[in-house]
Amino acid sequence: MDKFLLDIFGSELIKDLIIPVPLFAFVIVFALYAVLAERKVSAFMQNRPGPNRAGGRTGILQPIVDAIKLLQKEMVLPERADKWLYWMAPFVVFTGTLLGFAIIPFSSIYVGVDLNIGLFYFFAITSISVVGMLIGGWSSNNKYSLYGSMRSVAQIVSYEIPTALAALNIVMLAGTLSMQKFCELQAGGIQNWFIFGGPGGLSKVILIPFLVIAALILFISTLAEANRTPFDLVEADSEIVAGVHLEYAGMQMVMFLFAEYAQMFAVSGIVVTLFLGGWQSPFGNAIPVLNTPWMQFAWFIGKGLFFVFVQIWLRWTLPRLRVDQLMQLCWKYLIPIALVCVFAVGLYLVL
Amino acid sequence: MAEIRTEDMVLNMGPQHPSTHGVLRLQLTLEGEIVIDVKPYIGYLHRCFEKHTEAMTYPQVIPYADRMDYVNAMSNELSYVIAVEKLMGIEVPERVEYIRVIMSELQRLASHLLAIGTYGNDAGAFTPFLYCMATRERVLELFEITCGARLLYNYFWVGGLSHDIPVNFQKKVKEFVEFFKPKVSELNNLLSFNKIFIERTANIGILPADYAINAGAAGPVLRGSGIKFDLRKNDPYSIYPKFDFDIPVGQGLKGTVGDNWDRYMVRIHEMEESIKIIEQAIDNIPEGDVQSQIPKRVKPPVGEVYARTETPKGELGYYIISDGSLNPYRVKARSPSFCNLSLIRALSKGYMIADVVMTLGSLDIVLGCIDR
Repeated sequence: MDKFLLDIFGSELIKDLIIPVPLFAFVIVFALYAVLAERKVSAFMQNRPGPNRAGGRTGILQPIVDAIKLLQKEMVLPERADKWLYWMAPFVVFTGTLLGFAIIPFSSIYVGVDLNIGLFYFFAITSISVVGMLIGGWSSNNKYSLYGSMRSVAQIVSYEIPTALAALNIVMLAGTLSMQKFCELQAGGIQNWFIFGGPGGLSKVILIPFLVIAALILFISTLAEANRTPFDLVEADSEIVAGVHLEYAGMQMVMFLFAEYAQMFAVSGIVVTLFLGGWQSPFGNAIPVLNTPWMQFAWFIGKGLFFVFVQIWLRWTLPRLRVDQLMQLCWKYLIPIALVCVFAVGLYLVL
Repeated sequence: MAEIRTEDMVLNMGPQHPSTHGVLRLQLTLEGEIVIDVKPYIGYLHRCFEKHTEAMTYPQVIPYADRMDYVNAMSNELSYVIAVEKLMGIEVPERVEYIRVIMSELQRLASHLLAIGTYGNDAGAFTPFLYCMATRERVLELFEITCGARLLYNYFWVGGLSHDIPVNFQKKVKEFVEFFKPKVSELNNLLSFNKIFIERTANIGILPADYAINAGAAGPVLRGSGIKFDLRKNDPYSIYPKFDFDIPVGQGLKGTVGDNWDRYMVRIHEMEESIKIIEQAIDNIPEGDVQSQIPKRVKPPVGEVYARTETPKGELGYYIISDGSLNPYRVKARSPSFCNLSLIRALSKGYMIADVVMTLGSLDIVLGCIDR
C-alpha cells in the first residue's frame, strides 16, 4: 500500500497525509453506525422495534438524522466551568482513542503505521483519553461529573495492568510488539492462532488453557477500559447520572460518544490481533480466495464486529458492578490469574 | 508531615435524579464514595390530599385516593372504601368482594413488576425493566377492559363497583395467568440469580427485625427482615380468609436476613402467591348485582374509624372522622412508603453511593404516597 501510494503521488508527505484518511472515514462511519447497531441490538433483545422511522423499517438513516440534530444543538457552557478545559476535554478523549487506531492492522496491505512497538504504543496512547475524562469531569464544575472522572481514572489505570499482563503472553510467544508481525505469525489456519497456542509443534497444547484464560482476561479488562457494562461506572446513569458526560451537549457530547464507540472497536481489534489471528483467514491458505488482501479486511472487520456485538450483548444483559467490587475483580482475580498465565507461558518458553 | 485538610462532600441527589423514583431529594454527605449521612427531603409532590378531602363528599375522595400511590390505585381505593363501609356498616355483596380481591391482586402484580423492573434498572440492567413493563402492560389491559382507565381507575365505590366486569373477563384473566407463570422464572434467570446482581444486593442495607418493627416498616420491607406479618392473614379483611396462600419472608439465602436481595425476593415470591389467589378466585365469582348496595347518599353516622389493608407497598390505613355531614371531618392516611422511606438513613450509612440507590430501590417508595 505504501509503495503503491508513493508511486501514485510521488511524495512522502502526500502519502502520509492520504494513509490516515480511510482510518478516519472508518472510525466516523463505524461510530455512527455502532450507535444504531446498539439501539437495534438492544431493541431486538428487549422485544422492541427500535429506530424505525428514518430510512424505513431498518432505521438505516438514523445516524445521519441524529448527527444533524446534534450538530444544530447549542454548545452549553455551565456556569463557573473552566472554559478552556471544558471545551478541550472531549477532543482530548477522542484524539486519544483515534490515535490508537494508527496501529490497528486491517489487512496485510493496510495499517496506519506499522510501528515496531505497536502494542506498547497502543496502551500508552489510549491512556490519554483518561486525562480527557479527568479534565472533563473537573472542568464541568459538577459533583457528579467529578465522581465520574475520579472513577474513570481509578478504573482505567487499574485495568491497564491485567490488559498488559494478558497481552504479555502473546508478546513472549511472538517475540515482537509489532501488530503486523502478530498477524503474520498466525498464518496457516485457525490452529495457528495464538488462542490455540500459535504456530509450533504439538507441545503447544499445554499452553491452550492458559492462553484461553489470557484471552478472556484481555477481553474483560478491555471492556473496563472502554467503559462498557458491567464496568460502566464512569457514566452509571442510575447513580451519578451520566458522569463525565453530564454537562456536555451537542457536538461535544458526540465527541465523547464517538470516542466510546471507536474505543469499542479498537479494543476488539487488539483482542482479535493478539489472539484470533488478526486479518488471517481461519482456513489459512487452503482456500486462497479467502486470504487475499481485500478479504483480509473483511476477516478483520468481521472478527472485530463480532466482539463489538458481544460488548453490546453484555451491556444489555448484565447489571453494573460497584466501585469496590470492580477494583476487587481487578486486583484479586484478574491480575493474579494473568500473572499465573505469564509464568506458565514463560516456563514453557524456557523449557 | 502536615495533616491534609479534608472536607466531607455534600451531594444533592434529586429531586431530578433518575434513581430517586420520583421527586425525592436526598442530601448525601460523602467521604469519597462512602456515605456518612443521608437526609431525605420530601414534599415536592404535596397536593394537600388530607385537607382537600374535607371539602369533598365521601365518594368524591376515591379518585384522589387513586392519586396517592399512583402505580397502585386499586389497593388505595380498596383501603378507603373499606374504611367508609366500616363506618356506615355496609355489607357488600359476595360478587363485589371477589372482584375486589382479583383486582387488588392484579394490582399487586403490576406494582411489584414495576418495583422489580426499576430495581434492575437501578442496578444497571435495563433489559429486565422492559420485560417487566411489557408484562405489566398485560395487567393494565385487563384494567382497561374493566373500567376504561389504565392507571387511575375510580373503580371501587362505597358499597360496590362502578362497573360490572365485562363478559370475557374471566377468560382473559385465565389467559393472563398462563402467560404470567413462566415470567417469574424468566425474571429469576435474567436478574435474581445473576452473580453481579447478587453481589450488588446481598449483605447491603441490612434491616434487623427489631429495628424494622420499631420503625413501623410495612409490607415487603418488613417481611424481608423475616417477620411473617401480612394483614391479609393477620388482620383479615374482605374475603381473604377464604383463599389459600403463603406469606413469603426473607430468609437470607444469599446474604444476611433483611438485606436488599431478601426484600427483592419477597416481591418475586409475592407475585407467585398473588397468582395463586387469582386462580382460586376467578372461577368462583358468584352471580349478582355489583351496585345493589351502593347508598344513594353516602352520609355516615357521627363516629370515627380506622381501616387498614395490605397494599403492595405495605400497610395502608385510613383514619376517618365523620361529623354526620356529607363531607368527612378529617381523613388521615397512614402511608407505607412514608414509614419505609424513614429507614433510608439507617440502611445506607457506611455503604457507598451506588448502594444508596439500591437500598432506596429495595424500599420501593412512591412519592405520591409519601407527600400526599
